[in-house]
Amino acid sequence: MTDWLQPAEWQALALSLRVSFWSTLLSLPLGVLVAYALARWQFRGKQLLNGLVHLPLILPPVVTGYLLLLTFGRRGLLGAWLEDAFGLVLAFRWTGAALAAAIMAFPLLVRALRLAIEAVDPKLEDAAATLGASRFWVFATVTLPLILPGLIAGAVLAFAKAMGEFGATITFVSNIPGQTQTLPSAIYTFLQVPGGESSALRLVVVSVVVAMSALLVSELLARRAARRVAGA
Amino acid sequence: MSLSVDITHRLGALDLYIAFQAPTGITALFGRSGTGKTTVINAVAGLLRPESGHIELSGEILFDAEAGISLPIHKRRLGYVFQDGRLFPHLSVRQNLTFGQRFAAGSGGLSLADVCDLLGIAGLLDRRPGTLSGGEKQRVAIGRALLSRPRMLLMDEPLAALDSARKAEILPFLERLRDQTDIPVLYVSHSVAEVARLATTVVVLEAGRVARSGRAEQILSDPDMVRQLGVREAGAVLPAKVRAHHADGLSELDISGGRLFLPRMDVAPGTTTRVRILAQDVILSRDAPVGLSALNILPVRIIALHEGNGPGVIVQMQSGEDRLLARITRRSADAMVLKENENVHAVVKSVSIARTDVGTA
Repeated sequence: MTDWLQPAEWQALALSLRVSFWSTLLSLPLGVLVAYALARWQFRGKQLLNGLVHLPLILPPVVTGYLLLLTFGRRGLLGAWLEDAFGLVLAFRWTGAALAAAIMAFPLLVRALRLAIEAVDPKLEDAAATLGASRFWVFATVTLPLILPGLIAGAVLAFAKAMGEFGATITFVSNIPGQTQTLPSAIYTFLQVPGGESSALRLVVVSVVVAMSALLVSELLARRAARRVAGA
Repeated sequence: MSLSVDITHRLGALDLYIAFQAPTGITALFGRSGTGKTTVINAVAGLLRPESGHIELSGEILFDAEAGISLPIHKRRLGYVFQDGRLFPHLSVRQNLTFGQRFAAGSGGLSLADVCDLLGIAGLLDRRPGTLSGGEKQRVAIGRALLSRPRMLLMDEPLAALDSARKAEILPFLERLRDQTDIPVLYVSHSVAEVARLATTVVVLEAGRVARSGRAEQILSDPDMVRQLGVREAGAVLPAKVRAHHADGLSELDISGGRLFLPRMDVAPGTTTRVRILAQDVILSRDAPVGLSALNILPVRIIALHEGNGPGVIVQMQSGEDRLLARITRRSADAMVLKENENVHAVVKSVSIARTDVGTA
C-alpha cells in the first residue's frame, strides 16, 4: 500500500487530512453559534454578520489569503498578538493552513446549519422550556439532536471544501513540503516540474476517493440521524 | 395554590384587559376564538410578555411590568399541555415523559408509574411519538407536563384537535386528574360541554375582556350567558347525588329540587356528580302533568323571563337551591301568562340528559 504513493505524496495527503480535520472540528462550535444567531436572533448588524460570513465565498481566494497574511502574519495585528500571548504562529505553518481552510469553508458550514436550525419548530423549544429546561438545556436536548442531520451534512461539506482549498492557503502559508504543502498545492507543484504528471495523477485519484468516501459516509450518517429525528 | 392574573396587552386589533383569580380545581378560560384566551395562558407560562400588569402564583410573582420582573419560562414550573401536543420527535415516549423530571428540583409528586396508571399509557413507553394516535399523543403530553412536578397545569384546548371518540377517551382522565391530584389547572376551551363537565370555576372572555367569572354552576346557569353560549348550548349545570340504580336500566339521582332518572351511570350509589340540563330540553306546564311519557318533572318557581331578539324566551327558574333554564317560544309564554314568582312545573326529557354532558364533581 505504502509503495503505491511516494513519501512526498503521502506527506501531502496526511497533511491535508490533518488540516481539514482540525479546521472542520474547530469551526463547528462557532458555525453553530453564528448559524443560530442568524436563524433565531434579531439584532443590529445581522446583515453585516451575514455578509462577513459569506465574504470568502465571493472574494477571490487570493484576496482572502492576502488579507489573512496581513492580519495573521507575524507582523500582522492579530498575528503578532497571538505569538506574544500564546506563542502561536500561523504564518507558513500547517496551523495557518487550517485557519485558511476553516475560513474558506465557513460560509458552506453556516448555510447548512442555518437551514437545519430554521427547520426546527420553535414550538418544541418552547415546550422544553415550560418543562423546566434552561436555554442551554433546550439547545442541548432538543435543538442539537434535531439539527444533527444538517450538522453532519455541513461538516462533511466543510471538510471537503478544506481538502480542496488552494488559493487562500498558498497565498497565506505558501507551499512548503511537509509543512504547508496540502494535496492541491502538491498537485500544482508536481505539474510545474518535468516528469511530475504521474505523481499529480495519483494525487488526483486520491482526492476523488477521499471526497467520494466522505460524501458516502455523511449520507449514511445523515440518513440514520434523520430517521431518528422523524420519530417513527 | 391560587393564580391571580391582571394584565393588559395589545394584540393586533384586540385590546386585552384581563383580570381574574383561579383557585384550586379546574378554572376554565372560556370564549370564542380570537377573544384572547391563548394570549392569557401564554402570558402565564411566560411565552408572551404582556405590555403591563401583574401575574402571581400563590404569593410568588411570575410577572410584574412595573417592577420589571419576568420569571424565565423554565423557572415558573407550570406544566403546559399544548393543543398540538408538541412531543419531541427524536425521543421515545418514556424519554418524553421523563424529560421534565431531570430539571424538577426536590422529590415527591407523581412517579412515572403513577402517571402511566392515571393516563393508561404504560403500554406506550417504548414507542416513538410518530407512531401514536392523536388521543395517545395528548395523553402522553399531559403525562409529560405532570411529571415535571408543576405547581399548576396550563391546558390550551387539549382536546380541540381530536374527534369526539378521542375526546371521550381523554375526558375521564382529566376528571381523575381533577379529583385525585391537588394540582390546579387553567383550562382554555371554547366547548361548553367540556367546560360543563370539567370546570369548577369559569372565566368567560369576550373581545379581550372578562365578561363574567365565578363558580361553574352559577355561570353556566346564568340566562345572560345564552348570548355567549348560543341558544342550543345554553343550559343549567347542577350538582346531583346518585341515589340508586334500578333494574330497568335507570339511575336515580337526587338534586336539591327533587329527583332525576337517567340512563344507567357507571358510578356507585352515593357518588356526587354534575348533570347538565339544556334549556331547549325543558318544557313548562302550569299544572302537574299527568299521562306524560317524561319521567323527570320538577316543581319550580319562575325567577325571571328574558326576551331575546328572536321568537324565544329564556325562563330562569329556582329548583330547590339550584337554577334551571328553559327556552320556550314567546307565543307560549304569552298564552300561559307566565310571570315572575309563579310556581310551575318543569318537564325535563330524560333522554336529553346526554351521557357525555354528565360529569362527576
